[in-house]
Amino acid sequence: MVIGLSHYLILAAILFTIGVFGIFLNRKNVIVILMSIELMLLAVNINFVTFSAYHGDLAGQIFTMFILTVAAAEAAIGLAILVVFFRNKGSIAVEDISSLKG
Amino acid sequence: MELLAVFAPLIAFLVAGIWGKAIGDKGCQLVTCTAVVVAALCSITLFFDMIGNLEEGGLVYTTEVMRWVSSGDFNVSWSIKIDTLSIVMMCVVNIVSACVHIYSIGYMSHDPSKGRFMAYLSLFTFAMLMLVTSDNMLQLFFGWEGVGVASYLLIGFWNHKHSANSAAQKAFVVNRVGDFGLALGIMATFYVFGSIEFSTIFDNPALYVDKTISIIGYDFHALTVICLLLFMGAVGKSAQLGLHTWLPDAMEGPTPVSALIHAATMVTAGVFLVARFSPLFEYAPTALMVVTIFGALTAFVAATIGMTQFDIKRVIAYSTMSQLGYMFFALGVSAYGAAMFHLMTHAFFKALLFLGAGSVIHAMSDEQDMRNMGGIWKKIPVTYALMWIGSLALAGFPFFAGYYSKDIVLEAAWADQTWFGNMAYWLGIAAAFMTAFYTWRLLFMTFHGEPRASQKVMSHVHESPATMTGPMIVLAVGAIFSGYVFYGGFVGSDGHHGQDHAKAIISSLDDHGGKHGEPTHKSEKSVAKKAHGEERGASLWTREYFWQDALIVLPENDTVEAAHNVPFWVKKMPFLMAVLGVLMAYLLYIRVPDIPAKVVTSFKPIHNLFFRKWYFDEIYDTIFVKNAFRLGRIFWISGDQNTIDRIGPNGIAGLSGRIAGGLSKFQSGYVYQYAFVMMITLIAIVSWFVFKADPSFYNSTTFETLSGITGNIPVKGMEE
Repeated sequence: MVIGLSHYLILAAILFTIGVFGIFLNRKNVIVILMSIELMLLAVNINFVTFSAYHGDLAGQIFTMFILTVAAAEAAIGLAILVVFFRNKGSIAVEDISSLKG
Repeated sequence: MELLAVFAPLIAFLVAGIWGKAIGDKGCQLVTCTAVVVAALCSITLFFDMIGNLEEGGLVYTTEVMRWVSSGDFNVSWSIKIDTLSIVMMCVVNIVSACVHIYSIGYMSHDPSKGRFMAYLSLFTFAMLMLVTSDNMLQLFFGWEGVGVASYLLIGFWNHKHSANSAAQKAFVVNRVGDFGLALGIMATFYVFGSIEFSTIFDNPALYVDKTISIIGYDFHALTVICLLLFMGAVGKSAQLGLHTWLPDAMEGPTPVSALIHAATMVTAGVFLVARFSPLFEYAPTALMVVTIFGALTAFVAATIGMTQFDIKRVIAYSTMSQLGYMFFALGVSAYGAAMFHLMTHAFFKALLFLGAGSVIHAMSDEQDMRNMGGIWKKIPVTYALMWIGSLALAGFPFFAGYYSKDIVLEAAWADQTWFGNMAYWLGIAAAFMTAFYTWRLLFMTFHGEPRASQKVMSHVHESPATMTGPMIVLAVGAIFSGYVFYGGFVGSDGHHGQDHAKAIISSLDDHGGKHGEPTHKSEKSVAKKAHGEERGASLWTREYFWQDALIVLPENDTVEAAHNVPFWVKKMPFLMAVLGVLMAYLLYIRVPDIPAKVVTSFKPIHNLFFRKWYFDEIYDTIFVKNAFRLGRIFWISGDQNTIDRIGPNGIAGLSGRIAGGLSKFQSGYVYQYAFVMMITLIAIVSWFVFKADPSFYNSTTFETLSGITGNIPVKGMEE
């Protein structure tokens, strides 16, 4: 079986969907949300790389590098925020974070 | 001159009403009193101007102040009509008003809102002047409603008293019934005459004698309908039987108000209205009959009630109503001059009586019940003397004002020689007896006998200040002399002329039914008048010259002329009755004071009937007020609350509340839910745009092509 473009795209779509559901259906932990976001970003990366190879255009892969950088920074900041948040509120369970309700 | 006389009170009202706080109570009193005194002087000057011009036709002109409405055939302007009738009314209104203004300074000295009171009084004066000087019916209506509003404000002046508020409302609502008739009358006039300007309407009403108005399929005599509708307005304003219930309650207002509005001026507006429309009433004999009957019954019924009341102001109020009845039956028998004469003299002595009563109330520390008075005449001699003058004038003792006016009214009624004229005469005689009785009952109960007030009150009894007695003395002068001095002008005639007329009347009495005057009576009359004037030269002080064309009386209806030739006993009857009334009061309340109680017990039903004011209030309460409340409650509960409110405001408010409640659940505060909503929305929007841009997107070909290509062509990068 030849691994074609569609396989990559389907893989990326599955990963993305898992990421989305990870955010929405997660009731436990904010860290899981962060991980889900990473997962979605990775799915996007896969798409980029796939189309880059498909079209023979390097711009997609360069863009992937940027996204990885941003994702790393975001993970670092996100975890830092989480630590501070935990220190202030004593909990990082998703259910407890509803102060936006006003 | 006439502008100053009419608009000075308006200016005073505006100044005292708007800048009352700034200029203070003293300022308000000064401004309003000055303005009204100036207005009074102006009207007196006008009066003398008119007297000086009697030979040239008096003072008759119209000053247009401003155009008001000009729409098609309908033209109305603000203007001041000057003729004898309006000058007389202006004099009465302004003089009494000036007296009352000055009196109020003393009477209201303990009141916290003097400025407001003075402003209202001036407003009333202005509205009344607008009423009497109008030259069209719309301005008359404006004045009519204006005095109604001022009356409402002044009756309810002590607005912390519940009874004053409800009395004010009652006065307003009852008057509305009459005003409805007046408004309809104005519309009917416009319908028939095509104009509401007096000059047009009165030009030649005889032309309209045969006109009819069709109401729900029946044809009615147009002039009769108009006159009856106008009279309905007069019944309301002048407290005639049927719509009189507001007047006694109006005594809740301060006493100067009762004197000015509910005795001297506003309540006589109805008399003025009928007198002003004498050219129309003359051609509507049925309406005149109704007026006579109403007037006679009112005079009688009010007098019977007046005999039994104990509130000093209510007694005088019923007396006012009774005297208004006299004026109306005088109008009804075409004795317009006599009615106006009685109006003028009555304004003086009734205002005097009210102010005197106010002075007594003031002295007795706001006590109004006569049962708690008595024995105070030595302590307040000036008030006592003035009250005597007022009472003598009211009862019609010789040489006092009421003697001349009341007698001519009664004589005119007798001279009318119709069944209702006779009825009016006899009821009037009975009322004259009762008038004297209750007036002296009032005097005796208030001033004589044993003091019935508490020691504390009695020690406080004091004569009123000069600001109160001064105006009363002015009015007393009027109450003594106005009858004698003005008799000639208002109702007098020279003997020679009178004989002719008397003959004419006697011959016309035979065919009294057909009262159709010849259309040209006016010109003939004035020609005759001119010729007559040249012939006689000197004596101009007769009603012919005095009234000119302000009052129109058809020759065959001229009862005033006939009244000068009635039998001796007819002339003397009122005086005899008055003396009897006084003697009876003396007997009952001074000689043998236990008789009244015995009379009350032995004539219980009749006394109850009188004391309860013929049950008018109770009947109206059962028929109108209760049912109105019931109907109102039906509309309120089922109509307003259960239908309109439930579907309308409350329904919409409830619905939006429910929707908002539902929507607010969306704000959970959970970020992931927000993100989900964003996501879904984003997907929805993107799908929408894609679908809109290329509806064939869902055609499977695209997908197939795409998958076909991808399926066959390997990814380059992946191969390596």
